[in-house]
Amino acid sequence: MFEKALKGNNYYWMWLAFLGFFVGIAVICYLRQYFYGLGLTGMSRDVSWGLYISQFTFLVGVAAGGVMLVLPYYIHNYKAFGKITILGEFLAISALLMCLMFIMADLGQPLRGLNVLLHPTPNSMLFWDMCVLWGYLLLNALCGWVILTAERKQVAPPKWIYFFVYISIPFAFSIHTVTAMLYCGLPGRHFWLSAIIAPRFLASAFAAGPALIVIMALILKRVANFDAGKQAIDKMVTIIIYAAIANMFFVGLEFFVGYYSNIPGHYHTLQYLFFGLEHHGHVYNNLVPFMWGFLILFVIGFFLICNPQTRRNNDLWLGIGCASIFLSFWLDKGIGFVLGGFVPTPLEEITEYYPTANELFITIGIWAAGFFILTILYKIAIGVEHEVEA
Amino acid sequence: MDKKRRDFLKVAGISTLAGLGGTAVVDRLVSGTHPSVANASGGHGEEHAAPKEEHAVQEAPKTGKRYGMVIDVKKFQEDPALGERISRACIQAHNIPEFPEKKDEIKWIWMTGYENAFPEKSTLYKDETTEEHQVPVLCNHCDNPPCVRACPTKATFKNKDGIVIMDFHRCIGCRFCMAACPYGMRSFNWRNPRDFITEVNRDFPSRMRGVVEKCNFCAERIGVGQKPACVEACGDTGAMVFGDLNDPESEVRKLLKENYTIQRRPSLGTHPSVFYIV
Ligand code: SF4
Ligand code: SF4
Ligand code: SF4
Repeated sequence: MFEKALKGNNYYWMWLAFLGFFVGIAVICYLRQYFYGLGLTGMSRDVSWGLYISQFTFLVGVAAGGVMLVLPYYIHNYKAFGKITILGEFLAISALLMCLMFIMADLGQPLRGLNVLLHPTPNSMLFWDMCVLWGYLLLNALCGWVILTAERKQVAPPKWIYFFVYISIPFAFSIHTVTAMLYCGLPGRHFWLSAIIAPRFLASAFAAGPALIVIMALILKRVANFDAGKQAIDKMVTIIIYAAIANMFFVGLEFFVGYYSNIPGHYHTLQYLFFGLEHHGHVYNNLVPFMWGFLILFVIGFFLICNPQTRRNNDLWLGIGCASIFLSFWLDKGIGFVLGGFVPTPLEEITEYYPTANELFITIGIWAAGFFILTILYKIAIGVEHEVEA
Repeated sequence: MDKKRRDFLKVAGISTLAGLGGTAVVDRLVSGTHPSVANASGGHGEEHAAPKEEHAVQEAPKTGKRYGMVIDVKKFQEDPALGERISRACIQAHNIPEFPEKKDEIKWIWMTGYENAFPEKSTLYKDETTEEHQVPVLCNHCDNPPCVRACPTKATFKNKDGIVIMDFHRCIGCRFCMAACPYGMRSFNWRNPRDFITEVNRDFPSRMRGVVEKCNFCAERIGVGQKPACVEACGDTGAMVFGDLNDPESEVRKLLKENYTIQRRPSLGTHPSVFYIV
């Protein structure tokens, strides 16, 4: 089926070249980092995880978000999702590949990565995270491929594949739960030490993932003559709305617990993220604009996808609405959550993190690589779709 | 110790259940069935520990050693130069690089403000001690170490003598242990450290970039019967005393018996093996 990815119009090739350009820059930047060390990033002993791990965390959510299509279609037999379930599965694949690239970029000794397998350590959440991420990646690749092949031959998919489809559903939940457990089981990091982190991760994932799928479906409608169907899109938007509300509700609860209890450990990070934290006469606030961006974009996006005018009558507004929600939750989880957790440090000091240009280019390049893979996968899926229709 | 535990229980506000657990351990200690078992390994934090780990934590000390340290903060006030001496001793003994930029910093033991070391002990009007003086901080060699729990490769592990050490050749540099250590005691080699070692000690390995490191309680020295380098640097001031917490006759145990000591962030259930006389 790969031959489908090799035929495309000029825009297709230009888009791939555009992404490839950023991948190329990232490869050079990564080589620099590889030979110098992670000192080329903005991380330090106080903020020991930076953009790489925060992007990883967010993208695990995007990958898990695909289940919001798989679950209604396969469990509730919601037929309208039939055509776009594959979009969810392929999005999961490329998001997971981005996750793995971010992990590799973050390792101090990437060549020793296999040590996680050679010395399996069940008490480490990172070990389990690796297991479920690889599991989910393989499940999605298998299910997506088998179902697409069957569709191409215009036969029903083999029965055994449903077994894997069904286990992929708990796997989707588990990838983000275990990723939350990387954070919420650490003593002394008060911002992360909250039982609501896992549900909050899932909620924001189930909004951000489908939001990206809607955007993709709207773009594919214009550029690839692929219509996901009004009903499917509308249902997805409903899912996004509820999941987004749940996420904001959980964020609100964090605020209540922090500020009402007035326990410094519980509100210091929120204070730092949203208002700036005063320490020895200096106010540290470099993440404040991002967090207000998160709130403002949420309000804008939420209005656009709730208001029937913008939601149902205009693809452009709907697209902007979904993009706002996606970006908003990216700011929340892909920036604030991970970076904020390191402030204040265990020694009650504050170190602010600023990514370096090298680090930014690697980050952009990995995103570009993910979209490169996504484009190719979608090209194949839609090629098959068109072939069947023809 | 008994008093300390009860204080702790009061402070942390842990429920009656935990109180009972704590008392049970105290009773056992008092009745003398296992007089050599160090207090801090069982008791108050048990309900937070995973069952498997609890087993390990409870079993090991009965027979083996548990190295620990008692630091007399007053001695560091009397001699302000002492802090510099101990960190230099450690730097020399362990090939610790000194980088010009703070961002790359690696440190195993250093002096910090009282309130930084003990953030939960706040005061409104600080006495001179809290205001001006500094205390040394180093890895606590926790009896229930979160860094070991988090490490996905067992590159950080707890030795049977209670020392938490690292295998620099196995570490993949994921820095999960750095996020997990609630004391901020771990450092990462952000760049090649070898060019920044001022005095090379050929008896101790230098590290490569991309791995984590921290105080190892001078495992290489105590293995051959020497004191840790920082303890040795204190001379006969007695500012830092090292020994086996499971040996009732040891000097550290005597100090713990005679003095009121505190640990860093005891409410987290990590059971640090470094105690401070304040
Ligand atoms: S102080 Fe930190 S590094 Fe040392 S044993 Fe405890 S958790 Fe690990
Ligand atoms: S950085 Fe090294 S020691 Fe720390 S958790 Fe990762 S593998 Fe273990
Ligand atoms: S015990 Fe040894 S390794 Fe630890 S701080 Fe002292 S000198 Fe350094």
